[in-house]
Parts: sequence; C-alpha cells; structure tokens
Amino acid sequence: MIDAENIVYSIGGQRILANVYATFKPGEVTAILGPNGAGKSTLLKCLTGDLKPDEGRVLLAGKDLKHFSLTELSRRRAVLSQANPISFPFTAHEIVVMGRNPYSLEKTTASNAEIAEEALNLVDAWHLRDRSYPTLSGGEQQRVQFARVLSQIWGQEGACLFLDEPTSALDLRHQHQLMDLVQKLAVEKKLTVIIVMHDLNLAYHCTDRCFFIREGWIRGGGTSKDLITADTIAEIFDLPMKYAAMRFGMDLAG
Amino acid sequence: MSLNDRAAGAPFSFRKKKISVLPLLGLLLLVVALISVSIGAVSIPLSEIVSGSLTDQQMAVLNSIRLPRVLLAVIVGGALAVSGAAMQGLFRNPLADPGLIGIATSAALAVAIVIVLVGPIAGYLGLYALSVAAFAGALVACFVIFRFARLTGTFSVTYMLLTGIAINALSGAGVGFLTYLSDDQQLRTLTFWTMGSLGGALWISVIVAATIIIPSAVILVRNARELNVLLLGESEARYLGVEVERLKRTIVICTALSVGAAISVSGIIGFVGLVVPHLVRLTLGPDHRLLIPASAILGAILLLIADTFARTVVAPAEMPVGILTSMIGGPFFLWLLVRQYSGRFGL
Repeated sequence: MIDAENIVYSIGGQRILANVYATFKPGEVTAILGPNGAGKSTLLKCLTGDLKPDEGRVLLAGKDLKHFSLTELSRRRAVLSQANPISFPFTAHEIVVMGRNPYSLEKTTASNAEIAEEALNLVDAWHLRDRSYPTLSGGEQQRVQFARVLSQIWGQEGACLFLDEPTSALDLRHQHQLMDLVQKLAVEKKLTVIIVMHDLNLAYHCTDRCFFIREGWIRGGGTSKDLITADTIAEIFDLPMKYAAMRFGMDLAG
Repeated sequence: MSLNDRAAGAPFSFRKKKISVLPLLGLLLLVVALISVSIGAVSIPLSEIVSGSLTDQQMAVLNSIRLPRVLLAVIVGGALAVSGAAMQGLFRNPLADPGLIGIATSAALAVAIVIVLVGPIAGYLGLYALSVAAFAGALVACFVIFRFARLTGTFSVTYMLLTGIAINALSGAGVGFLTYLSDDQQLRTLTFWTMGSLGGALWISVIVAATIIIPSAVILVRNARELNVLLLGESEARYLGVEVERLKRTIVICTALSVGAAISVSGIIGFVGLVVPHLVRLTLGPDHRLLIPASAILGAILLLIADTFARTVVAPAEMPVGILTSMIGGPFFLWLLVRQYSGRFGL
C-alpha cells in the first residue's frame, strides 16, 4: 500500500509535480501514463524514496517513508529503473544475486544463489545465467534486471514493486510474459505494483488501474478499462482525435 | 529451458571454485620474494640463507638493503593495485587508475610542496608528514574529479578522463615550477619522486607504508560486497539498502590513504593500478570480494618482479621502476582502448 499525499517537486524553480495525491493498493497493478516529460519518472522516484519531495509525504503501509531505514525499505520495495549500463563483466546470475543484498547477513549464500536462479527462471532468462551481463542484448539485460528486482522481494508478502518502463526493450512475447508474471505475483503475493509505461495498449489490457499525469498534475485512479479511451488519450497526449480513435477505436472500447 | 541451455552454461562454472586461487597466488608471491631476495649485486643464495652460512657482508645486505626493498615493493605494489581496483569500482569504470585520472600526480605535487617549501624532516615524523601530504593531495584530486565527472548530471567517463588530464597538467606544472625553485639536493629528491623508484627503501619506509596501507586495504575488502552493488548504479544501490554516501566516502578515503602512503615512499609508479585489476577480472571475474585481495597479491608480485628487473638489468646502475611499469602499462592501456572500440570492453 502506497499513499502519496500532496507531493510537490520542483527542479530549478520549475514545478515537475504539483500537489499529487494518489493511492496504490496491494494486489493491484497500477499504471502511470502520460506524455514525455510529464513527470512520470520523477513521481516514481518520489514514491520509492529516491527523491525527497519538496512538500507532502509518501506513506508505505501507513508509515512515512522518512521513518524507514534503508535496510527496512530495501526489504519492502524493489525498483526497476530504466537501463543503467554496467561496464564490468558480471554474469547475469551474479547481477541477480545482488538483489539479495538486503538479506546477505541472515540468509546463506547458497539460498540466495538459489533464489536468484529461480528468479531468472521466472523471467525466461535462466539460460543466460553464466553469460557476461554487458554482452547481453538490451531485452535480455532488462529481463535479468527484472529478475534481480524480483529476487529482492522474494517471499516478502505485501511488498511494493516499482517498474519504470519495464517492457521498453522487450519483444512482444516477453512483454506479455512479464506483464502476466507481474499480474500473477500481484495477486498471489499481495504486491503493490506501480508501472510507468508508454504502451497504452499494454496498459489497457494488463493493468488494473491507471493514473494519467500531465504537466505535473495527476488524475485517474479508476480502472484501466474505464479510463483508457480515445477521449482521454486525445486530451492527455494532445493528440488529434482521429489518431486517438485510430489507436483506441471501436475494438478496444467494445 | 532445455537441457542444452543448462549444458551451455557449464564452462563458466569454474568461477565457483575460484576462492582457492588466493592461497595459490600467496604461494607464488612467496616464491618470487625469495628469488628476488637472493639476486642482486651481492648474490645471496637461498641455500645459504637456510643453512645460516651467510658472511657478515651478505647478512648486512640482506637485512638493511634487500629485505626492506622487497617488502616495500610488495606493499606498494599491493597498495597501488588495490586502490586501482577500488577506484574502478567507485567510478564504475575500468579505466579509472590513480595515475591516469590525476590522483597520483596531485599527491606527488603535495609531496613536492612539502619537500621544497618545508624542507627535509628526518625519520618517522618526516615520512608520516609526506604521507599525510600525499594523502591530502590525493583526496583533493578525488573530490575534484567526482565534482567534474558529474557536471553533466550523470557520471561521465569522458569528463573523468579529461579532468584527469587537466589535473595531471596542473600538477605537472606545479612540480615543474617547484623544480625550478629547488636547490640541488631537493632537485634530486623531486626527480626521484616523479620517476618512481623503490631505491630509497628503508625499514622505516616499510613500517610507515604498512601501517597505513594494510588497514586501508582491510577496510576496502570489508566493503567489497557493497562495492559490487554500487556497480548497479547509485540509486539502485540505495534501493538495495546500501548507504551510498558513506560507502563512497570510505572508499575515497581508504584509496587516497593507500595511494598517498605508496607515493610518499616510492614516488609515482604508474599503471599498476590499471593493469593488475584488469588481469584479475579477465581470469577471476569482477566480484570485488575476490578482486580486491587477488589484486593486492598480484600487484605485489608484478611490482616485485618489475623492481627486481629494474635493479638488476642495468647493474651496477639502476633504472627507476616507474619507467619500466609505464613502458609496459602504456601499450596495455592502448590495447584496452582498442578492445573498447571493438565493443568487447571489460570482458
């Protein structure tokens, strides 16, 4: 459960987020949608605690993020950021094991290694486990990073999962695999899942709720099926109606 | 997930047994050290050391010349390699070498300032003073590089190397200016520092260097796991519960201490910090828990071999070992650039 209360965030005098209120519930997958530069990633970083909002607060399970220690937080929420290059030849498996860092003192190396293997298996990347990470393709790297994030909250019921454009480098099959997995885990493990995404189609079909953000303002909170319509798309993305209708016409609405 | 996939992963599984490499490297270091002790202007055969049949002259050479020099090479080589490995982790880039990015030269500048402006201070106090000066110089350089490399918002390798060039040029100018000011005695000392040599090895330099370097290296090893996580990115490391600012501060201080202590006793010996961690990564992988200790031992071995060459090849004269390491390290660096260009960088 994540609550954003009156979040304000500015960079260099320019307001990126203005009085954002939003609630994200466990067991649900929520999409954050909006045009480029609308503040989606900034909002995500505020929700994860990576950025401190100028005003307002973020509550995790009713408790202000400020009152969590880094270790506590690291066991209750995992974050998949956009691509971050690694120039050292770690194997995919070694990268995923790093996701177990919050538990390195109390769990054995062997059990952490095993969790990492299972996480790799879940994202269809087990066969990459001994490959050197920098030599993997963009999509493969993205899946390995996703496995790392999963291993971080492995077995943690009710944890939060933040994903920033997790499907941007994936082919169609893996996009759907990932979204299916996310939906399944959200229900089974009571995860609160928050995804920043661009693919409205995928958001329409694979997320429970969505928020639209534009020029720092947020709205929505309803179900994705209700909210993602040609009308809203045209308005939020400043898209001429004919294009919006082209993308979200009859077949989707019906 | 076929069986074939599983088999394809097999060739890399040797990494899981690689911890046993450390004792092996240690043994190799011991062998190289024994050989190095025995050769030189005065030959001291190992058999005679063991049987205790050394002449007084051999005994004196062993005690006051050969042993401190060998030990100093071991400590300095280890310090340079460890700080190279840690710097590369901190800057998240395999090209970060204390020499290349100006940390060593600014430490040398600080040392030069002390030599020329303060004058000679003898004994432990003097050596520690030089170490502290070198440490301060190294720290300032680290700070400047970090600031400039982040000018673009994210950490930029280009800016890191370019800042290094600027710092190297400035420090070079500073040392040059001090050279111009200095008298004959100071000039000799300065030249020794800028070329890098272990020729001045005394027991006190061994002790001073060891008391600074060994604790720093131990602290770096203890932070190795978190340093691995830092390679994912600073935000990622924070998400994973790593106190990034504390970690970075620890690494910068320990590296600056090691580099400073090494430079104050040996001058600038380049490229050890670049070449050694690379060789280790090529064979054992990038995990800092193994990389840092393995680099320490391999750095000790390589610098010991280089120094043994430096003092025997042109005997009875002696060539500064810094020249030798740069002669090997320069081409190695170019080779790394070519690898980077061919898209297989860091493998």
